[in-house]
Amino acid sequence: MSFSFADVGAVRKGLADVQYLADEGITGVVYLAERLQKPVLVEGPAGTGKTQLAKSVAEAIGARLIRLQCYEGLDESKALYEWNYKRQLLRIQAERQSNDAESDGMWQHIEDDLFSEDFLLTRPLLEAIRSQDPVVLLIDEVDRVEVETEALLLEILSDYQVSIPELGTVSASQIPLVFLTSNNTRELSEALKRRCLFLYIDYPNLEREKQIVLAKVPGVGDSLADQVARIVRLVRQMDLKKAPSVSETLDWARTLVLLGVEHIGAETASETVNILLKYRSDIDKALKEFASCEEDFEVASSS
Amino acid sequence: MPQAASTSPFLALLGGFIVELRAAGLPVSLTENLDAMEAMQCIPLCDREAFKYALAATLVKNHAHWRAFETVFEVYFSLRGEEYKLLDDGLADNADLSELSEAFSAQRFEGGDDDFMSAEQLAEMLFQALLRGEAMMMRAIARQAVRRYAGMEPARPVGGTYYLYRTLRNLNLDGVLERLMEQVRHDNPQNLTPLGEKLERDEFEDRISQLRKEIEAEIRRRLVADRGVEAMAKTLRKPLPEDVDFMHASREEMMAVRSAIYPLTRKLAARLARKRRHGRKGSLDFRNTIRHSLSYGGVPAEPKFRHPRPAKPEIMVVADVSGSVAAFARFTLHLVYAISNQFSQVRSFVFIDGLDEVTGLFEGVDDIAEAVNRVNAEADVVWVDGHSDYGHALEVFWERYGKDVGTKTTVMVLGDARNNYHDPQAWILKEVEHRARKVFWLNPEPEAYWDTGDSIVSEYGVYCDGVFEVRNLRQLEKFVDNLA
Repeated sequence: MSFSFADVGAVRKGLADVQYLADEGITGVVYLAERLQKPVLVEGPAGTGKTQLAKSVAEAIGARLIRLQCYEGLDESKALYEWNYKRQLLRIQAERQSNDAESDGMWQHIEDDLFSEDFLLTRPLLEAIRSQDPVVLLIDEVDRVEVETEALLLEILSDYQVSIPELGTVSASQIPLVFLTSNNTRELSEALKRRCLFLYIDYPNLEREKQIVLAKVPGVGDSLADQVARIVRLVRQMDLKKAPSVSETLDWARTLVLLGVEHIGAETASETVNILLKYRSDIDKALKEFASCEEDFEVASSS
Repeated sequence: MPQAASTSPFLALLGGFIVELRAAGLPVSLTENLDAMEAMQCIPLCDREAFKYALAATLVKNHAHWRAFETVFEVYFSLRGEEYKLLDDGLADNADLSELSEAFSAQRFEGGDDDFMSAEQLAEMLFQALLRGEAMMMRAIARQAVRRYAGMEPARPVGGTYYLYRTLRNLNLDGVLERLMEQVRHDNPQNLTPLGEKLERDEFEDRISQLRKEIEAEIRRRLVADRGVEAMAKTLRKPLPEDVDFMHASREEMMAVRSAIYPLTRKLAARLARKRRHGRKGSLDFRNTIRHSLSYGGVPAEPKFRHPRPAKPEIMVVADVSGSVAAFARFTLHLVYAISNQFSQVRSFVFIDGLDEVTGLFEGVDDIAEAVNRVNAEADVVWVDGHSDYGHALEVFWERYGKDVGTKTTVMVLGDARNNYHDPQAWILKEVEHRARKVFWLNPEPEAYWDTGDSIVSEYGVYCDGVFEVRNLRQLEKFVDNLA
């Protein structure tokens, strides 16, 4: 068995090469996932790069990414496999026209034929299992499916196989790296959690956020990135309904670059804060915070 | 690496670690335990951070449990050895002290004798380390400060907080922060905007909190060395946020509960909305089924069902907000309003000995926490002396709002029913029950204390459809889940 990553450091480097700046927890868990051949359950606030992690890992190890977007009402015909019943119908009809289908032997033949792989439509999970080349399977927003549907995933997550009643069990030709993401809108079942490694991606710390801005925003200077990271930290410390995510930080940095801002004053911050925050009450709070800085300034300058 | 992992002292330590995690309330299953063991074989044990994340990834599957995990981890796998033994406080015993001053003497203390450093010198070094944000230096200073100021003695039955307090008092971190800010102002006098100044201050506060953590870690290490792992883990064991008792929570625990309530409400709202949409299969809708059979040539291949839409209940929350139970009322109000779209109407009343309607404070507000804070400040709830009087509060409620209680109304009374020996006026509750759909009483006291002293909960309880003990978030969540 060969591994894509020799050690934890190699994970960091591999991800950094594709512009994903991972911290210690992320690299450690990705490394372990490959070694232990276990899926990773990634949780954390929206917009901290959970989905991006799976994409970047796929890019870093040169694997194909297969994505299953979860939603309410997802069922096995969308996630696992489905019989191509239109084709099956055509097959029956063709048989009927050419032969006298009354005879039992003939019918037996058709039935065997109908449930062969030719008539199987593979959906993301089965596809990931059957793929010959290396794949990364991303099961996105797994908390959106119902508890009952979660059970669909269990077999594939623990044994990397899918049981199809008519065909038997399909086992993985190679073990895919699996990432599940969750926004934690509901508690996932114990059974699912037990099978996964758990990774919580929080908002990055100051230094990492600055590096992310530098890596992702073209034309941003070191000093501007530093200021952006600091102000975002200040904003996150406030008691907000929804703290700014990393992607919003990046949007903001891009805006500032476009506006040609070199130095962020309270005024610039106030004018562009609606890119960082999306709730009226949050924006008001932030404006108040910036304004209080302004007042300090007037007092200081008059004295 | 497998050899290293299978040596028995290590296994014993890991076993103890997992037992302690379970004792702290984390649900660690056997398979997860095995996963952790397996993970250990892939990770270089000398890399402490990697080791920690490997354990976390396999054992902790809920982010709310991270803090508890971290505490136990620090106790079990902290650096220890001879140098952390509690020694008599001779100042010349320190190897790292000379190391420390060497690092600095080149720049600052030329000619100063290496072994002895005055308190002023230490303070100066602290200042410099914070100004430049040198992590190694801060760690060394933390160690030195604990050794010097905490006054730790072997087997002294004092908690870590006492030592922390002593150390911090001597370091005077507030003063240091001011000095740092002055230094910054001094360095660039003209182009420092107020926002910039605030950001600088943030940065320094962050560094200082780092230092505090170092100091705490140092104290913990020394206590572990003195008392042993199990004893230390036991003293540090704290309830998980969802198990914190509302009535006896410390300030810190309250903060934890408050940050846990937001994800909880989100989860609850999503779950209830889903519950409404699903699982309410009704009887066969014959007409609709026939209509859809047309596309299958008259074969009713796709049966259709009626989906009954049960009426949303109206909620009236009547909450005692006097001292001891105020926190409980706050959390319940928060939770009820967070899922208010599951109800057709929510009205809330708060009382101590007088009663006031506070529904208005929540209208059109998207920040519930803010509104809950305003309840405390603005509601007019004191009638005579500000001691709970359930009888009078109920009387006012009945007089003013009794006519609004209808067959769709669910009334929730929140309080410990400690009536200070006033007249209970339980007949009012009987009338309310008569008119309302349901009446529930939520009591934040443990059930064992009910009806002791001036508590008269069972006197009211006979007129309620249910009396529930709700002491922590877990119980509260369960109740609200069943309500909608």
